[in-house]
Amino acid sequence: MKKKIGVYICHCGNNISDYVDVEKVKDIIAAEDGVAIAKTTMFACADSAQNEIIQDIQDNNLDGLVIASCSPKLHLFTFRNVAERAGLNPYNYVQANIREQTSWAHSDNPKGATEKAIQLVKAALAKVKHSEALALQKIPAVNTVLVIGAGVAGMRSAIELADMGSKVHLIERTHFVGGRTSQWSKLFTTSETGEEIVSRLYYSVLEHDNITLYMGTEVVSNSGSVGNFEVELKKTPRYIDPDCKIEDDTEFENKLQKAIDICPVEVIDEFNFGLTKRKAIYKNFKSEFPECPAIDAANCTKCGDCEKVCDGIKLDQKEEYTTIKVGAIQLCTGFDPYEPKDGEFGYNEIDNVITLQQFKRLIELCPDKLIHKDKEIRNIAYIYCVGSRQVDGDNKYCSRYCCTSAIFTAIHVKDKYKNINNFHLNRGIRTYGKQEILYHQSSSQGDIYLQSFADSPPVVGKNGNTTSIIINDILTADKEIEVEADLVVLVTGMIPRKDNSIGNILKVPYGRDNFFNEIHPKLKPVETVIDGVFISGACQAPLNITETSKSTLSAASKANSLLKSGEIELEPTIAQVKSDICNWCDKCTLACPYDAISKIEHKGKQVAAIIEAKCKGCGMCLPVCPENAIDLIGFSDVEIETMIEALIE
Amino acid sequence: MNNQNLNGAPKILVFSTEKISDPAIDLAGLLKVHYPSTVYTINVPCSSAVKTKWILHAFEKGFDGVFIAADGTDCPYGESCSKLTGEIVSVTHERMKEQNIDPARLKMAAICSVCAEAFAKHVKSFTEYLSKEKNTN
Repeated sequence: MKKKIGVYICHCGNNISDYVDVEKVKDIIAAEDGVAIAKTTMFACADSAQNEIIQDIQDNNLDGLVIASCSPKLHLFTFRNVAERAGLNPYNYVQANIREQTSWAHSDNPKGATEKAIQLVKAALAKVKHSEALALQKIPAVNTVLVIGAGVAGMRSAIELADMGSKVHLIERTHFVGGRTSQWSKLFTTSETGEEIVSRLYYSVLEHDNITLYMGTEVVSNSGSVGNFEVELKKTPRYIDPDCKIEDDTEFENKLQKAIDICPVEVIDEFNFGLTKRKAIYKNFKSEFPECPAIDAANCTKCGDCEKVCDGIKLDQKEEYTTIKVGAIQLCTGFDPYEPKDGEFGYNEIDNVITLQQFKRLIELCPDKLIHKDKEIRNIAYIYCVGSRQVDGDNKYCSRYCCTSAIFTAIHVKDKYKNINNFHLNRGIRTYGKQEILYHQSSSQGDIYLQSFADSPPVVGKNGNTTSIIINDILTADKEIEVEADLVVLVTGMIPRKDNSIGNILKVPYGRDNFFNEIHPKLKPVETVIDGVFISGACQAPLNITETSKSTLSAASKANSLLKSGEIELEPTIAQVKSDICNWCDKCTLACPYDAISKIEHKGKQVAAIIEAKCKGCGMCLPVCPENAIDLIGFSDVEIETMIEALIE
Repeated sequence: MNNQNLNGAPKILVFSTEKISDPAIDLAGLLKVHYPSTVYTINVPCSSAVKTKWILHAFEKGFDGVFIAADGTDCPYGESCSKLTGEIVSVTHERMKEQNIDPARLKMAAICSVCAEAFAKHVKSFTEYLSKEKNTN
């Protein structure tokens, strides 16, 4: 039993102390048996606080440590390291969660939160008193990573992982790589086009022996855990013979073009955001990868006309299922652009109101003159923050990339066509960092900036053939200004993918913005609460391509460092049999899913024994034992029962 | 009701699981989804590791209710978790009846790692039930 315990109550800035009276918690805990030191600290995780705790442990020969702070999922290992650095066994440290499960959960009830914090710290104290000194156990892990999504984030990550020696399965749900980036033309800051970036990454992926690329493939189920996931994949047929390569065979390419021409099915082209139509057999642009067209199974009527003109088309291809084993999973599933509601700033009601994404595609489709609905465009009005920073809607967040993207596009459009006038109706421009250069350039070339508050947005109206926007411009003392526009561009932000079912399969939590949620935005920015599952890019938050690349490289490094040694260190939480009271009945072996219990002789009787290498520490064998002869290390009867007593005091 | 906490709101002990339901309870805090502050959590690796002995100990010491936030089908340790956890609840219910403890004071529900709202809803309605029971006794 530990008798010299140090207890530290963290303010977490104000995150805890705004709702929990940390001084009161400390004073009450200081009077508990076995407590040698009780202190509050502003940030227990700060270097200075860690050093102070280490000094206290060493100066006072502490034999146990309790830190009451955030969730152990965030800092358990930080503080175990503190204990270890001070010469204390890391398993003689217990963390009380007084942030996620106290101050934040009960921010409506500070008194209740303080009472609960006191009980939780007392329970942690009870547990640490009975804690044992333990060592980590190790299990083999597969150094293979499943990267989901072959956009820039997924391909960049796959290349990095492969370079570091990990095997990579890179899967893409659609039939073409590149994701959203392939839809954009010139990009800030290098002026490289989306197509150029995608093709460069695609060839690197193809050249790498460590990467297997699966097109038209998605995850349908997942089992196992970190180091040893078993993932079932479903591959949708492309309906093109995989042996036919368009780049080597002009005759085949001509036949495919005939098949596209003859296809009777026309559907809205999502690649151009509905500005054009495409056939059921399609390819979005000439250099799209893989270079073969694909047949859209959802819309193809299987009329067979295409097969008659192109023998490389195989409409009898079936879905394929395969199971792969991976040690970690990285989600790079990207975003969807916000689709304005009907009537939102005239969208879908006034014919010359389009989104920024549609506008970018329109520029690509108009080589010489900017034409929309048969009318040449001169005056363009951009309305900012559509679907972002919403006062009444769910999207409270700033999408961050859209100011820069709109301004960059405005500069590009003025550069590409003649006699263009840009009017930017904004709520405050957020071109942070180097992107400020664009704002300056746009202003210098004569773009007009008008600004309004959130509660007084611009109003789009139609008078005969004229579309006008009225704004109360705060930059000219709230003067009402009317802008006549040939085209109104709604600067729409990012929202999470509409089909985010992969999150449910992997059980990755969502944040308040409905993007996938990391454990901590600064301390564990690409990790999720599911061990071995990482997130990166715009599936996590609105990010531009530069930020996406940084995020995805971070996730790749995390996944590789987790798996590269071929084994993962696991908690030494395994079952223990009290041989003296075990009377072999076999119930524990039936409950154990890992065959981790054997029968041995002990003092002239048969008893159960735990095979340590096989035991995963689930504890399923504990409750089935009629003699209560099994305990789980770290969760013994005495630890749990004294915690219960402390909580109810 | 024996040894029940008769002052203030009912006290509920939650057995959560480290990888599945405890993250959901953390998420409830992160999202500021409020629930009664008299709900206390002890986490274990898997819900099928909760001993009947611990549950009865909680009642004996004064907890009004025990809620097992089970892994359900998401259990990383295997498919048998749901069945085994269900059996623990059945066995414990029998033992509670023997000791004249209302079996409804032990509840179980599958709480996945994103079930923050569901968790809060469960413990709120459980608190309401236990409050009514306290007032009628």
